[in-house]
Amino acid sequence: MALQMGASVRRVEDYRFITGQGTYVDDINRPGQSYAVFVRSPHAHAKIKSIDTSKAAKAPGVVAVFTGKDTAADKVGGLICGWVVKSKDGQPHKAPAHPVLALDTVRYVGDHVAMVIADTLGQAKDAAELVEVDYDVLTPVIDPVAAVKAGAPLLHADAPGNVCYDWELGDKAATEAAFKSAAHVVKLDLYNNRLIPNAMEPRAAIGEYDRATDTLTCYSTSQNPHVLRLILCAFIYGMPEHKLRVVAPDVGGGFGSKIFCYAEETACTWAAKKINRAVKWTAERSESFMSDAHGRDHQTHAELAVDKDGKFLGLRVSTVANLGAYLSTFATCVPSYLYATLLAGQYTTPAIYAEVKTAFTNTAPVDAYRGAGRPEATYVVERIVEIAARQLKMDPAELRRRNFIAPGAFPYQTPVALQYDSGNYNLALSEALKLADYAGFQARRAESERRGKLRGIGFAAYIEACGIAPSAVVGSLGCGVGLWESAQVRFNPTGSVLVYTGSHSHGQGHETTFAQVVADKFGIPIENIEIVHGDTSKVPMGMGTYGSRSLAVGGSAIVRACDKLIEKGKKIAAHLLEASVQDIEFAEGNFKVAGTDKSVPIGQVVFTSYVPHNYPKDLEPGFEESGFYDPLNFTYPAGTHIAEVEIDPDTGVIAVVNWAAVDDFGKIVNPMIVEGQVHGGIAQGIGQALLEGAVYDKESGQLLTGSFMDYTMPRADDLPSFKVGTTETPCPHNPLGVKGCGEAGAIAAPAALMNAITDALGTEIDMPATQEKVWRAAQNRRMRAAAE
Amino acid sequence: MPKVSMTVNGKAVSAEVEGRTLLVQLLRDQLGMTGTHVGCDTSQCGACVVHVDGRSVKACTMLASQAEGSQVTTIEGLAKDGKLHPMQEAFRDNHGLQCGFCTPGMIMSALELVKHKPNPSEHEVRDWLEGNLCRCTGYHNIVKSIQAGAAAMRGGK
Repeated sequence: MALQMGASVRRVEDYRFITGQGTYVDDINRPGQSYAVFVRSPHAHAKIKSIDTSKAAKAPGVVAVFTGKDTAADKVGGLICGWVVKSKDGQPHKAPAHPVLALDTVRYVGDHVAMVIADTLGQAKDAAELVEVDYDVLTPVIDPVAAVKAGAPLLHADAPGNVCYDWELGDKAATEAAFKSAAHVVKLDLYNNRLIPNAMEPRAAIGEYDRATDTLTCYSTSQNPHVLRLILCAFIYGMPEHKLRVVAPDVGGGFGSKIFCYAEETACTWAAKKINRAVKWTAERSESFMSDAHGRDHQTHAELAVDKDGKFLGLRVSTVANLGAYLSTFATCVPSYLYATLLAGQYTTPAIYAEVKTAFTNTAPVDAYRGAGRPEATYVVERIVEIAARQLKMDPAELRRRNFIAPGAFPYQTPVALQYDSGNYNLALSEALKLADYAGFQARRAESERRGKLRGIGFAAYIEACGIAPSAVVGSLGCGVGLWESAQVRFNPTGSVLVYTGSHSHGQGHETTFAQVVADKFGIPIENIEIVHGDTSKVPMGMGTYGSRSLAVGGSAIVRACDKLIEKGKKIAAHLLEASVQDIEFAEGNFKVAGTDKSVPIGQVVFTSYVPHNYPKDLEPGFEESGFYDPLNFTYPAGTHIAEVEIDPDTGVIAVVNWAAVDDFGKIVNPMIVEGQVHGGIAQGIGQALLEGAVYDKESGQLLTGSFMDYTMPRADDLPSFKVGTTETPCPHNPLGVKGCGEAGAIAAPAALMNAITDALGTEIDMPATQEKVWRAAQNRRMRAAAE
Repeated sequence: MPKVSMTVNGKAVSAEVEGRTLLVQLLRDQLGMTGTHVGCDTSQCGACVVHVDGRSVKACTMLASQAEGSQVTTIEGLAKDGKLHPMQEAFRDNHGLQCGFCTPGMIMSALELVKHKPNPSEHEVRDWLEGNLCRCTGYHNIVKSIQAGAAAMRGGK
């Protein structure tokens, strides 16, 4: 049978999606369910003087109205942040209370004030209008730099100066010394714009209570149902984990925003027991804008020390990051350990020092969004390297080459904690140069100029740390959980296979990719394999999907379970073939006595294990094994993206005319799916660079970009088709040799595109490069040219 | 409550609805046809596109009562006798979907495009899709799928 690894197998899951048979949370309806609507704060910062729910409670169809007093009375804990980051002084980050429903203060527009439950959604909405809240409005602070200045309005009494932590990484003295010896110092100030993830499926939840067994069920649009169960039980409800089932069925995209434990599913599930009725909530898009965790929002100053030959000597980076009003589930690790540890990029820069101050502001919580910290790091490194090339008048490809970590230098210890395992950065760059026809760029630029257009080209040679993560490493850095993954592989007596994985697919195609891995392992057809995920009552254990970890960690757990089954199969086969276990080999679906033609197919071995009439005496029946996999290191996908733009100086319109991406993801199981992941990542990166930006009014704290009419999502006609290639240096430490492909595009694209745009304009602008900004820059360029 | 009657995917249906009930709410909540999705509240995302009397319509932008007496086709009504529509096949063959949430709207919208332009160029497809958002695919494979689906519908596969 042909191997599945490396084949672009059509996706198993697609049939249900293209026929409208997918089952997302909002498609589920439970018997007798009621509907919840949340009353949200219209103010960015206010004291709650009083809440009058009496009119709402009497409205038609209303079942209950709950406020923070009710959750507090039931001892419902606050939402938690699971990663402790220590400040320079050794103190843990400030973790102010994050109540599920506000107690006495609201801290962002959209903060949860009350929950109205009614028989129908319409009745719940009508009644929510009747909840009267008397606010004492306070001055908000929106900008993180303003928030940490003396005299700024204070959000939390236990977070003085609105600082969550003031953290550092790297060798400060060595970095200072590097700058003293530098021939050139390149400086850059940048804003990494705040983004709203906007998975197309809005978040949703259904809480349900079963009195007979005293068991709760939470249907949730979650990327990690077991993690949600752990947080809800251990930290919020204080109940045994086996009494809560979390179901995350088909989930319509996540991009990080559905990792976290939010107020809504917490409140719905709690309320379901309270009223002994299922409670359903589905976000309207405006609620998603207001209350999904946002991403990015960094203000950074960076300096690069370079010697006379263009070798990087040192990098120092100072960042203020916005964490919003409260800490979301993994907020603290994103602008610290997922960010500054990547500041070495693909380069041998010997000395790096980074300091990050994180601020509370009156905005929605900020947490991981596709790439999470690594796009921000790549943006710093690849922008400053490109600017260095311009200032040194060097070819940007040549400057990068001069500083790349050599293919023979792995494992390579960076000065910012990580040990890169493998890579060939020059190869990816060279391939990308070919794919982009870099040699022909100057001719294309001249041709554009003849038509009065500005053409620019930009590089991003990115690296990321994925396959998150070795538990001991992240534990030593403050993470509150282990980041292994688990799998269970079970053959049915008649030969079909069920694979239970703790990874969660919300578009990634695990049902296909994982089945390909298992098909090859056992030499069986892919049609005989079913991948089961997203239900804590079916899948024994799991840590979920984020940080491009599913195949590297979850897939490796599946491989472990498969290997155990093959070992067991050898014992059964040895018995059936009357041979020694040591002599049994397994290949292409057959157990064989080495060097003979005696063999038994796996189907017969499986059947024998369930009908053990003639069976090894000391062996358990059955053909089912579990595997846990804790990675030995992160994986390090890397590559080069090259963007080419043509700008109309009269209108400021940017056409992205060419995109070449060459990525090293190690071994690839399904090239079609991998390319799709790259396309989607690039699109989100282009969105960040050109179109997207969450904007709050600085005075009132109102979210100005609160709908698809105000927040510009990339549309089909904003984007080009992409040229995508790969190189392959297998990951040396996981059994599949894979590195992870989910985030690369979003990490590489913003830097590549902004390098291209600023190349065309000859001047710096910040993201998003809107038409107006670009037009102004183009006009200034014209005036400068005229003056010269 | 007023009663509305219409034909959905070839079947006569009727239901009592509030005046404010949207067509998409009738389809999803009362008729249990959850293939049509709701991705926004401003008629921007296009996840809810269905056909009403042969024209593509955002079902979140139309009251159920406005569809009185109409012929409505949803994503569930495209496959005939267990055989997928060529546009559905094209999305599967070309990896034109990831999470699947925008997909029903994309397919229904694409069919309207092909009605007007049986052989759409890449530019025409991208231009047409301004009313349909996808966050997963970067549109690259959606564009490919629609062109392949159009070709299959012309019989020139």
